[in-house]
Amino acid sequence: MAEQGIHVRLQQSGPIPLDAELRCAPGEVLALVGPSGSGKTTILRAIAGLLRVRHGLIHCNGDRWFDDERHLWVEARRRRVGYVFQNYALFPHLSALHNVMEAMLELPVVERERRARDVLARVRLAGLENRVPAALSGGQQQRVAVARALAREPQVLLLDEPFSAVDRATRQRLYRELAELRRELAMPVILVTHDLDEAMMLADRMCVLHQGRTLQSGDPYAVMTRPHTVEVAQLVGLRNVFRAGVVGHDVERKVTIIEWRRHRLEARLQPDFRAGQQVTWAIPQGHLVLHRRDRPSRGERENPVSGTVLEYLPLGENVALTVAVNGPDRPPLFLTVPVHTARRNNIAQGVEIRVSLLAEGIHLMPADESRTPAKPG
Amino acid sequence: MDWSALKLSLQLAACTVLILLPLGIWAGHALAAYHFRGKAWVEALLALPLVLPPTVLGYYLLVMMGGASPIGQFYESVFGRPLVFSFEGLLLASVIFNIPFAIQPMQRGFEAIAPEVRDAAACCGLTRWRTLWRIELPLAWPGILSAVVLTFAHTLGEFGVVLMVGGSIPGETKTIAIAIYDRVQAFDTAGAGVMSAALLVISLIAIGAAYFTTSHTRSRRHG
Repeated sequence: MAEQGIHVRLQQSGPIPLDAELRCAPGEVLALVGPSGSGKTTILRAIAGLLRVRHGLIHCNGDRWFDDERHLWVEARRRRVGYVFQNYALFPHLSALHNVMEAMLELPVVERERRARDVLARVRLAGLENRVPAALSGGQQQRVAVARALAREPQVLLLDEPFSAVDRATRQRLYRELAELRRELAMPVILVTHDLDEAMMLADRMCVLHQGRTLQSGDPYAVMTRPHTVEVAQLVGLRNVFRAGVVGHDVERKVTIIEWRRHRLEARLQPDFRAGQQVTWAIPQGHLVLHRRDRPSRGERENPVSGTVLEYLPLGENVALTVAVNGPDRPPLFLTVPVHTARRNNIAQGVEIRVSLLAEGIHLMPADESRTPAKPG
Repeated sequence: MDWSALKLSLQLAACTVLILLPLGIWAGHALAAYHFRGKAWVEALLALPLVLPPTVLGYYLLVMMGGASPIGQFYESVFGRPLVFSFEGLLLASVIFNIPFAIQPMQRGFEAIAPEVRDAAACCGLTRWRTLWRIELPLAWPGILSAVVLTFAHTLGEFGVVLMVGGSIPGETKTIAIAIYDRVQAFDTAGAGVMSAALLVISLIAIGAAYFTTSHTRSRRHG
């Protein structure tokens, strides 16, 4: 039986280097994340047939769209791809209705118009069919683009940073709409974004890209909290990345003990690392607990460390703290707490604080000298 | 007022536009959409009539179409009369010296279309013809209209090349610009004035209509 969903493998050394492989099942949303220039849009364009890569293959629901070994290349217009471009790329001289109708040319005109109206109503644009894109708001334009992409009954839906051109309030509304819409979609959906929160919110799986390479794929929460390498840790925004030595494992208590600076820390059991091995470890900020001064805090006996606040930076409702642990010349711990918590605990620059590093959040990775941050320790 | 000269000028301008319209769309689209080796040289060659003095261009066209040239000989063997000093010869010259006026605005018109719009058309399943007809031509319309008007108005007013290639045969190659010159030479300033005013009004109407249509199209598109 033919493989369902989409399977993409792309390789080339230039002009845009690529070494990427990804799969997305029907009904699944896969987020491609990575910094600017990491090759996210290039991959989407290759899937759509807008860019021809040197080597690789693209299979979608059993159809071969690209296979360099067989010299097979299906041009963009023959692939059933729904593509929502970053700036929507609507046809500016055509009404919303005609923008959508252009994507269904194989149907008779009457049927085309009926279906286009249906699709527009599905994205809540009934009544605005005759407006040209310039007469629609950013959010409405995005919905026309989604409607046009869906009108083709695509085998795969590609969304290229579809929320980047709208204001924050509209974006929040569109997130909800896409989350609702995706329940009805039976095709694979590939979402390109550089916003990790967006990926966490909308995607079933996440794939981290850097310089054209796919580094790690998996459940978004798992990728964000348990990166395979230091490179991925840095790309998903983990700032607390340090080096340590493995002391041993306590299988009964399901912990791995590491030595970091002068502290013995208990981490979630990770038996793949042997005693004595040098590792890099990371902890998401959500697994750091600030101790209260006036009374005991939850989990305060779990890996307590103390340090001096080097920097106190208010950021809206939160405060970003940079904390020196065991001396100011070693990589600090980064912590974000609500403003009211900081105030209640009289936190300020130069103040000594205590923090627990929750064992569940301590994630070990192979020590990678070339990719660890400057002065790790 | 030399009505036959005016009629001939209008005929020449209309025929030049009719020939250059499809040619300009094809070349303008190709130059806007594709990158190829030597593109800068092709563009320079097409822009040459803009900088060459009309008499120089006229001289080369006269040599190219003359009875001693392959083109001239071929034409004469097929139609039994020389190409130079004929309406057809004038039309060929007019097409050549108007190339930059036709192609450049159209090229700019096609270049103004965002590349993603063409990509979107491909992803919608549109064929190249459909994309050209339904998406690119309407979007490049201001550029195409400018090209048509510029070519038309420039043909009406061209003097040097017309005189070199066509001479001044009434009803055959004597355009309104040549007729004005003849009137001035004959000290008929009143006749020259009337014809100059007619040329001015026709050119103004053509360019004014183009500007109006272009700004109207833009305001509709940009809300």
